[in-house]
Amino acid sequence: MAATFQVLGAATGLFFSGSFDPQRLHLPSIRSVSERRTGFLVVRSDGHIVSSWNFPARRTQQFITSSIATKANEAASATTSKPGHELLLFEALREGLEEEMERDPCVCVMGEDVGHYGGSYKVTKGLAEKYGDLRVLDTPIAENSFTGMGIGAAMTGLRPVVEGMNMGFLLLAFNQISNNCGMLHYTSGGQFKIPIVIRGPGGVGRQLGAEHSQRLESYFQSIPGIQMVACSTPYNAKGLMKAAIRSENPVILFEHVLLYNLKERIPDEEYVLSLEEAEMVRPGEHVTILTYSRMRYHVMQAAKTLVNKGYDPEVIDIRSLKPFDLYTIGSSVKKTHRVLIVEECMRTGGIGASLTAAITENFHDHLDAPIMCLSSQDVPTPYAGTLENWTVVQPAQIVTAVEQLCQ
Amino acid sequence: MATAFSSIGVIQNPHCESRSVPSRKLYSAVLGSTQKFRFNPPSRSISGCSETLGKPSPIYAISEVFKEKKRKSASSSSGLLITKEEGLEVYEDMVLGRCFEDMCAQMYYRGKMFGFVHLYNGQEAVSTGFIKLLKKEDCVVSTYRDHVHALSKGIPAREVMSELFGKTTGCCRGQGGSMHMFSKEHNLIGGFAFIGEGIPVATGAAFTSKYRREALNETDCDHVTLAFFGDGTCNNGQFYECLNMAALWKLPIVFVVENNLWAIGMSHLRSTSDPEIWKKGPAFGMPGVHVDGMDVLKVREVAKEAIGRARRGEGPTLVECETYRFRGHSLADPDELRDPAEKARYAARDPIATLKKYMIDNNLANEVEFKAIDKKIDEIVEDSVEFADGSPQPSRSQLLENVFADPKGFGIGPDGRYRCEDPKFTEGTAHV
Repeated sequence: MAATFQVLGAATGLFFSGSFDPQRLHLPSIRSVSERRTGFLVVRSDGHIVSSWNFPARRTQQFITSSIATKANEAASATTSKPGHELLLFEALREGLEEEMERDPCVCVMGEDVGHYGGSYKVTKGLAEKYGDLRVLDTPIAENSFTGMGIGAAMTGLRPVVEGMNMGFLLLAFNQISNNCGMLHYTSGGQFKIPIVIRGPGGVGRQLGAEHSQRLESYFQSIPGIQMVACSTPYNAKGLMKAAIRSENPVILFEHVLLYNLKERIPDEEYVLSLEEAEMVRPGEHVTILTYSRMRYHVMQAAKTLVNKGYDPEVIDIRSLKPFDLYTIGSSVKKTHRVLIVEECMRTGGIGASLTAAITENFHDHLDAPIMCLSSQDVPTPYAGTLENWTVVQPAQIVTAVEQLCQ
Repeated sequence: MATAFSSIGVIQNPHCESRSVPSRKLYSAVLGSTQKFRFNPPSRSISGCSETLGKPSPIYAISEVFKEKKRKSASSSSGLLITKEEGLEVYEDMVLGRCFEDMCAQMYYRGKMFGFVHLYNGQEAVSTGFIKLLKKEDCVVSTYRDHVHALSKGIPAREVMSELFGKTTGCCRGQGGSMHMFSKEHNLIGGFAFIGEGIPVATGAAFTSKYRREALNETDCDHVTLAFFGDGTCNNGQFYECLNMAALWKLPIVFVVENNLWAIGMSHLRSTSDPEIWKKGPAFGMPGVHVDGMDVLKVREVAKEAIGRARRGEGPTLVECETYRFRGHSLADPDELRDPAEKARYAARDPIATLKKYMIDNNLANEVEFKAIDKKIDEIVEDSVEFADGSPQPSRSQLLENVFADPKGFGIGPDGRYRCEDPKFTEGTAHV
């Protein structure tokens, strides 16, 4: 079955392989898009592209200009008349981090190349010049030990933010994260708190190979005593960063390699989001789609197609991977009675598996159909681009799944 | 005090190599003495040496050099290594450790405590020698063999015993157990079950001290952290990573190796390519010191220097204390591998007996005073058992407390409220 994508830019190949490339996602103004309205790229499910300018007349269609369902933003026509300021996701993270470091002198950053280099994804750029080498500490390559050092510092009064250059490197720190970070508050009978934030980019990138494309949320989710959140937009990245730093609990903040260059307009005023709440991205009636991080964008892409086909999906970005916001999720399930989970985790033991169990346990009576869960394949992420695309969930699969669910 | 560490002038003669694999007995004979060390690493061969093992090649470590200096000065002046008050304090602390551990063994076999219990008999000199020199704000990080570290740091025997019995009045509310002693008040940061796990945490505590002084500008903050761990840990990556970081940033930490030669049933010599742990300090840029861990006065002298160094901001030190545990690795260990002759040799160097002899010989105290202290400690330990016996077991509602410092971490339930706000929450199980 072919899936249709509306072209936002000229045939930039933006959706060429069906995968979402936020690097190129600088949104054009409405005016320029409307000029291209008559052209469509048809992408078949086997990846074959047919440029079709004679597409048969369609029924009245909703013209959706933006695939990012957050604040509507037309960058080219954006002027200072709009409130807030525009920035990229990594800048939003930096802003949040900087505001917290300004506010509380106990907040410090530790990680590889966070200081003089400015962070491998530039999240800590400029902070070392401003706050000094001790508050933005360049560590040697010893994840287990500097994560443990962060935990020791947190226990004795500081509020460290530990950066894993890639989330996958934190596998080396698993001993410290599991045994010490999660458990010491309990094991010490509540005497020591560990207000640490462990953050870093994870997820499947662009042909980074198996070891740099790991999704650690599934490995960490069983550790008692930690909270896990995943950011997906500049707005929630900054809010969650600030909330995580202010939280007394140890928090693991999952960022995604491909989302760092997302642009959005965020408020000038200070805001902090709740770590435990999910985000309603698009209200709807027919089906609840639960997702997080990068898959949110694949879902929103699929949502456009679905809307054009007459479905009304409700999309929720769960954001809080541990604990789940069962209220938002439950309210949605009670409304739509159908659930589709779209995640980038592996099938086995992933966040989707836990979420399926949680929903079934709590809202079984409200379901009209079994919960569908779309996850990545249980394979090490291959290097080849085509193979890599097939390991993660693509919008076409999401559309198919919804159609199946709503039969 | 003259910095004995500044002259790391270790006299090292080439080893004489033997081609045959030395027997275990021979090694323990060599290591029984503190004066001379002889190690025959199988891989190295130095030409021109005789093949016999009989030729000792002395390697003097720092403490010996230091002790020699001190003895000479002692003979000229009337300075002893310790005053009477300090001596009795040290004696009391060591006897408390010993009695407490013996009582633990009794209680374990009577079924009052369970799990893995690791006793510290024989190693008291290390704990007392170091920890009694600390202030209350200084941090101590230990391993699973942490009862005596807890007692030396100041945690009341009652609280430690209750913790071992698993009662709510324990220092960790019964949630930690033998291997996880914590005290915020006394700055004891664990108690870790996996070896090496505590060393990064200790490095972090030392980092906080440095951060306070330099980034938060609390210029009088000179807290020192001590990290205790064993010989087995010295083959673990975390140890080396932390030596590197501590030396790199000149953290106020002292790494204390309690080398009791055995990691459960693995002899230190069988598992380590170069068994001299103190040598690994200079490789990272910090002084490495070896000291006789069965003599509390020697340990105390070395500790004074190491802690002083850290307090002055001169950086970390690696101290290897050669010591011995009289009991097995834990109460579940049958302890069949260790040579009885080796045990006897170390038993003759019992730190408590050694201190007592020194004090009596130098007319610092008499038998009556020691007996009084013994009696006092017996009463304290008995009282701690009574207290622990009489304390309540934890109730069900305690299960979910302390999982999160902020219990909102349990999340938002299906009814829209935070789960922790539900008054019936602690009666159920944790849903996340």
